[in-house]
Amino acid sequence: MTVQATPVDAYESGARIGLFRGNKPIRPGRIVMWTLLLMGGIAMVMPFIFMISTSLKYPWEIYDLRLIPNEPTLENYIFVLADGRFFRWFLNSLLIATLTTVSVVFFDSLVGYVLCKFDFRGRWLVFIAILSTLMIPTEMLVIPWYLMSQSFGWLDTYWGIMFPGIMTGFGTFLMKQFFESVPDDFIHAARIDGLNEFQIWWQVAMPLVTPALSALAIFVFLGNWTAFLWPLIVTTDTDLYTIPVGLASFSVEAQVQWELIMTGASLATIPTLVVFLVFQRYIIRGVVLTGLKG
Amino acid sequence: MKRTLAALLGGTMLAGFAIGPAAAQDVVEIDYWQYFFQARVDAIDALIERFEDANPDIRVNHTHFPYADYRTRVAAAIPAGEGPDVVQLFYGWLFDYIDAGLLQPLPQDVFPHGEIEAEFFPMVQAMQVDGEYYALPTAVRSLALFWNKRMFDQAGLDPDDPPETLDELMEVAAALTQRDRAGNLTAVGMTAGMTAQDHHWWREVLVRQFGGQPYSDDNTQVTYDEAGGLEALEFYLGMLDPEEGVSAIGFMDEPQAAFRAGRAGMHIDGSFRLGALRGTRGLQWGVAELPANADGVRFNFSSYWVNGITRKAEGPKAEASARFLAYITSEEAMQLWLEVVGELPARQAAALTEANLAHPEFGPFIRGLGYANATTFVSEGQQRQLMVDMIDRVLLEDMSPAESLQIAADAEQALLDDFYGN
Amino acid sequence: MVTGFYHRMSISQKLAMWAWIFLIPAVLFYSIIRFYPTFNSFWISLTDWDLLSEANFIGFENYARMLQDPVFWKVFGNTFAYLFLGTPISLVIAFVVAYYLDQVRFMHGFIRALYFIPFLTTAVAMAWVWRWFYQPVPIGVFNNVLSALGMEAQPFLRSTTQALPAILAPAIWAGLGFQIVIFMAGIRAIPDSYYEAARIDGAGKWQILREITIPLLRPTIVFLVVISSIGFLRIFDQVFNMTPQGDGGPLNSTKPLVLYIYETGFDVFDMGYAAAQTVVLFLILLVITLLQLRLLRAT
Repeated sequence: MTVQATPVDAYESGARIGLFRGNKPIRPGRIVMWTLLLMGGIAMVMPFIFMISTSLKYPWEIYDLRLIPNEPTLENYIFVLADGRFFRWFLNSLLIATLTTVSVVFFDSLVGYVLCKFDFRGRWLVFIAILSTLMIPTEMLVIPWYLMSQSFGWLDTYWGIMFPGIMTGFGTFLMKQFFESVPDDFIHAARIDGLNEFQIWWQVAMPLVTPALSALAIFVFLGNWTAFLWPLIVTTDTDLYTIPVGLASFSVEAQVQWELIMTGASLATIPTLVVFLVFQRYIIRGVVLTGLKG
Repeated sequence: MKRTLAALLGGTMLAGFAIGPAAAQDVVEIDYWQYFFQARVDAIDALIERFEDANPDIRVNHTHFPYADYRTRVAAAIPAGEGPDVVQLFYGWLFDYIDAGLLQPLPQDVFPHGEIEAEFFPMVQAMQVDGEYYALPTAVRSLALFWNKRMFDQAGLDPDDPPETLDELMEVAAALTQRDRAGNLTAVGMTAGMTAQDHHWWREVLVRQFGGQPYSDDNTQVTYDEAGGLEALEFYLGMLDPEEGVSAIGFMDEPQAAFRAGRAGMHIDGSFRLGALRGTRGLQWGVAELPANADGVRFNFSSYWVNGITRKAEGPKAEASARFLAYITSEEAMQLWLEVVGELPARQAAALTEANLAHPEFGPFIRGLGYANATTFVSEGQQRQLMVDMIDRVLLEDMSPAESLQIAADAEQALLDDFYGN
Repeated sequence: MVTGFYHRMSISQKLAMWAWIFLIPAVLFYSIIRFYPTFNSFWISLTDWDLLSEANFIGFENYARMLQDPVFWKVFGNTFAYLFLGTPISLVIAFVVAYYLDQVRFMHGFIRALYFIPFLTTAVAMAWVWRWFYQPVPIGVFNNVLSALGMEAQPFLRSTTQALPAILAPAIWAGLGFQIVIFMAGIRAIPDSYYEAARIDGAGKWQILREITIPLLRPTIVFLVVISSIGFLRIFDQVFNMTPQGDGGPLNSTKPLVLYIYETGFDVFDMGYAAAQTVVLFLILLVITLLQLRLLRAT
């Protein structure tokens, strides 16, 4: 039995003409469906559009929920960017989110793979234990983490901000579920071909779950990009602030400078949008398995 | 792969620099924490510079955190002993902090009680607990009535004649209120919302003006459920009548937003609002003392941020902290604070100058300080929430005002008992 | 010698050994960073710790207090309301969108990005926009639409009955992009050969959906049900940012358990009571998750 996996872009294989997958003729029902999907999507982004619109308004205009500002201004952007710290926070967030994402994608897919494809005593318990880490609110963990960071000298360091998130129960669970779509036959065959267990995971199984890996990368990057409570607690030095912590400075006593928060939030969306646009191509890239003949 | 990762992670650990060079042996370093507000940060930086010039043996490290999360941040640092030596806190949190054992009494040789009582405004005496002072303010705030001159003009009222009494207030507010054809409010005569400053106005001003007293003299008993409280509550609820009221809770999301957007004729707020209003284009506003009651009696509410010395400061650090605290509560510091931040001096001599009293914006606030009270909060957030809920039970659940008032009073009494009982 | 030992192991023993070797970093990480603080919370729940003074052991006093605390029960009910409304509604919408979006070719990437964008932005900024949408006239978008249609204005966030669904809506909205992407990744992971075989057998669209797509999506569905349930049971950001002062009002009608824990711990500094609530939340989540895994028969 020969087994091979060939990742193929689903849209590149076969005839791809018209509005839909497959080469069926376009029917009116499908056009209605397409229109509904598009309208739903536009409704989804309305709050986002309002955010951008608010970032282009003067403070006295923000309470008027008009989509097009009466007097559009870039003053908020100039204010936020002229404060050199924003750029620093931006780089901090970028560094932390990137490194954490690399770590999580590596470890969570390894652990998820082990929990999915290896049979050993205690597997269920390990799985539930890891899953149970999702069941404690961060709010209750920050004080022990703070004490821990203090005794290890991690306060006010990048590592201190990152360490709680270098592995996640969320990603482990996600990967475990997606490795179930990898047929066991592939793994047996690879073992017979003489690959070691690490190679089987890395060279055989991982390429088959690229959509899930891409999804995971996006989620982890986003999660770290918007993380607030722990970065706030562990940093004292404003040079180490992340974007969400920095943005909170625009919420001053008895008044929130919404136009500045919206501006900062709009700017903060740029890298997440880039990450999404880069990785989403891999999510849709389906995996077509060939040669799977019992 | 794993090794690369470890190297990467290790590298970034080093990149998070250590916190500054080791201090020279004879210099005492102390940490000062406050919340972030650009003007306050600038003012403290300037004060630290002057202080260090005069006291070369002390170095002050100034750290600030976002306002909304300041308390959370302090709370996390306490158990680790990582907190500041001198900390700025809202006076309403003082009991929480003392209760948590965070603060130490101010040394009486540096801060004699007689001097504090003679020179500071009287409400600062609320900082005294069991015969010891725990904190002192640099600046104080009070409440005043802001009004929108353009809306007065449009309603045919004299834009330079704000209401003087509560009755006038309601009359004027009614004239300023606008509704659309469906009866929805499009502009309120007066803002309302217990989440903003109104719970202070109700507690310390209205209850007293209707002949009551919010708490007993020793602050251990709730007394607004006796005389005056129900009248004060009914007055407040009168503004919120769905058909004939002059206001609505949550109109334009928050009171100050409604006023700044020109959709509220009048608004009660603190002196800290001046800065934001000055920068609001197209808004013509004035500021007046809070209205008097029918007998011409006025009250006001004062609040302030105070500076205290934490338990963490011991030995030379405690001594250095006391010197720093004495400096930032000196008349010199208060003058600088008024100039940079725009907040009123906490010492009477510095505040009650002729120039300050006649000032068109500071004047009404400073005059208000003369008849202001500060509530002795045992847990400010919870006590405010009780006021919010007291109003909501009537508005949203049709409870009678008397019953809702009683529930609030009982709940607040339980908080007080819990605190003083221990 | 070691190699000799290794060769004498059976295949399943070897695999078990490899499994544990791969798990070493994870076991270390989770034990120190996650389980230790968690067990610590369990211990704190039996004390009266207030952050600074020495913690005193007080047995189950915090738990007894919880039973008597009307706010706790209110919050408990709210938390389940978020779960029972949020999970099914969001998953059904996400599946329908993902299922049809998967078949769309024209502007596929663009439409998918539209659905995902809410997930990309910070909760604080988005919660503010939603809060404004719910305002009364003259500024609230929803009420202006109602008014234009000649319908009565609704109080939304200023109502003890409407506020919870009004806050749930943006929570569902924010997570929809995530669920859609996971569903689509799951749908794409189903090998085309299964569909081809079904089509050769003459199966109709519904039959393929019922007999191939949904059964083969089981791992994805299990994942999303469990993760979404955990998410709705731990809802915080939307409530904190959409109610005045983050109080979960009006009259606690929107306050979830996590917000109550946060208030108890960081506003009142009553860590013991906050920890006890955390333990209850943990047990609820654990039971529900195990139940779901059992019902959905995950391996």
